[in-house]
Amino acid sequence: MDLIRIENVTKHYANHTALDNVSLNIPKGCIYGLLGPNGAGKTTLIRIINHITAPDSGMVYFDGRPLSANDVANIGYLPEERGLYKKMKVGEQAIFFARLKGLSKTDATIRLREWFDRFDISDWWNKKVEELSKGMAQKIQFIITVLHRPKLLIFDEPFSGFDPINANLLKNEILKLREEGSTIIFSTHNMSSVEELCDNITLINKSHNILSGKVEDIRLQYGKNRYEIIFNGDANSLKEQLEPLLIRCITIPLENNSTKLLLNFKDEAKLKDIITIANNNSELIGIVPSMPSMNEIFIQTVEEYNKTLI
Amino acid sequence: MNSNIGIVIKREYLERVSKKSFIFTTILMPLFMAAIMIAPALITMFSTPELKHIAVIDNSGIIAPTLKNGDGVEFISITDSIEVAKANDSIDGILLINSDILTSQTGATLYTHDASSMLIEQNITSQIENTIKNIRLKNYDLENLDQIINDINADITLTTYRINEEAEDSSSSSTLSYIIGMIMSLLLYMFLLLYGQLVMTSIIEEKNNRVLEIMVSSIKPGQLMMGKILGIGAVALTQVLIWGLIIVSMSAYVLPSIIPAEIMGEVNAFNAGSLNAATASNDIEMLQALSVISNVSYVVSLFVYLILFLLGGFLFYAAMNAAIGSAVDNVQDASQLQSVVMIPIILGLVMSMSIINDPNSTIATTLSMIPFTAPMTMMTRIPFGIPTWEIITSLVILYISFIGMVWLSAKIYRVGIFMYGKKPSIKEILRWINYK
Repeated sequence: MDLIRIENVTKHYANHTALDNVSLNIPKGCIYGLLGPNGAGKTTLIRIINHITAPDSGMVYFDGRPLSANDVANIGYLPEERGLYKKMKVGEQAIFFARLKGLSKTDATIRLREWFDRFDISDWWNKKVEELSKGMAQKIQFIITVLHRPKLLIFDEPFSGFDPINANLLKNEILKLREEGSTIIFSTHNMSSVEELCDNITLINKSHNILSGKVEDIRLQYGKNRYEIIFNGDANSLKEQLEPLLIRCITIPLENNSTKLLLNFKDEAKLKDIITIANNNSELIGIVPSMPSMNEIFIQTVEEYNKTLI
Repeated sequence: MNSNIGIVIKREYLERVSKKSFIFTTILMPLFMAAIMIAPALITMFSTPELKHIAVIDNSGIIAPTLKNGDGVEFISITDSIEVAKANDSIDGILLINSDILTSQTGATLYTHDASSMLIEQNITSQIENTIKNIRLKNYDLENLDQIINDINADITLTTYRINEEAEDSSSSSTLSYIIGMIMSLLLYMFLLLYGQLVMTSIIEEKNNRVLEIMVSSIKPGQLMMGKILGIGAVALTQVLIWGLIIVSMSAYVLPSIIPAEIMGEVNAFNAGSLNAATASNDIEMLQALSVISNVSYVVSLFVYLILFLLGGFLFYAAMNAAIGSAVDNVQDASQLQSVVMIPIILGLVMSMSIINDPNSTIATTLSMIPFTAPMTMMTRIPFGIPTWEIITSLVILYISFIGMVWLSAKIYRVGIFMYGKKPSIKEILRWINYK
């Protein structure tokens, strides 16, 4: 069952198209990575899900029904650009935002006290926001985002500005929220955190959805016909022999006259043939399948897509 | 979702009224205003003008004996020559009367060390004129001359009433109307400018520190804008209501108790129409003024109108200010766009100053119907008494325009708050209205 279904959403601004016929499904209870270069259209998509702007065409479904204004009470959004009222006291402000999301004052206070205890920040309650450091304010904002226990959480670069200890604290809280049943949209440029946290991803580039799926499936799919070969001998002659089967090849010289080749083979290439060629043309030390990192997948997919546009 | 507007209004309101600066200005402003109005009266009351000594060289011999001291002038008859008198530093001036004073228009000359004052000159000319008039009259040799002069002396004070079809004719004082009209107009000008500015800067601030990003994920931009405008409007209203309460209670309780009973009695007699102007011990103009400001229902009605125009004007201009605030990133960028708001407000005040002299002219009635200038011009005219239908029409136009302006501004606002970077031109901003 999908919590969010986006069907053929298109959004134009005066001079450019932010989203062009984008479709994607976000299953319940997953952490969904929303990736893409700067200016690809991620923020516009998030704003549409948040019911801040409306798409020019296409539909957005929330929990099976078309998205309506009332659904925003079931969404928590942590924008990339953080901001709070500087002159307002921390506790007062958190209650204010909780009430905007439909919590009563009493409920908000009880839940806030719990969170403040858990983060060990109870003595911040009566401080003004301007007295807090950037990281402290971000913690408050995280609490404000999740306080009303929304079905859908949207985190835009949640770890930026945190030290490793607090980033880890936050990561564990996010994982805990998933266990408790929340669906989480996670927008970031930090690909290692995508590998760590995300179940599914969508890669948006130049207003189009160019890659969607489970992280493991995608890595397997991109890892198909990708091998690392380590050998002693002449790298160039081996590369020449493999050439008809290759898509891409990266050469990494190692110590002791060995070389590592990162190879990306065509679909028709068979492992048996590859090993034979490698064995015949070098002193083979090892051959292992190589899983691409999300970083590589990101760069490769975006670059390939951009080439098709030229 | 509607309750969210309430939550925003409450936050905007409480944040501002709990500020020390609000409490201070609300209490200090009326004191300051009162001080400005009372100070000149106090100064003249407690400072006696310096006594001027005028030496009189009377070559005709008929003027000097009739000159009366008073009004800050003391006349001293001397027989020295003009040159000797001029050398004397202890006297302030020398009045030289020629012997042909009875027949010559230029028979009197005043020499002074410092610049002479208009009051002294008037004093001297009127005394000399009186004396000459009396001497000339005497030359006709009429019987019972003194009696005749006494009988023909006239003293008229114009008592003015405004014709009021619904109630008893109420006493009117145009001097007081003038002052009240000017104060009201100034007050509106100040409120529209300051509170409008407050709406704009606070939206720029929210946009800058990105609170807006979270806010709009909970509340529609249009509602957020309305919440802000209404919240700040409530602050303005609170301030005026507090001032109004102070003034009305002054008019109802304090004024009657601090004014001496004898004057109050005359005010009451004046109100009842039984006052004999000739026997009144006080200046009629002052009695009229007192009668007006001690008329509680009149003061209350003025305040009701003030509040209606203040609120309408504020809402109208605040919507414009909100649109401007949403379109820019900082106050500097806003200044040019703000002229769209400032110019009509300033124009309203300037025009008020001219129409106050003729509150029922065509230009006055026209400006009262244009929502941009209506608050200031209308409040200038109301103290002079204008038909109720005209006030209501002006209010209806103002409030309808406010709704239109909010509709337009909300369209700009919802686009503007997500626009960062380059300062948009007015043309660009107007194009946002058509965005979906």
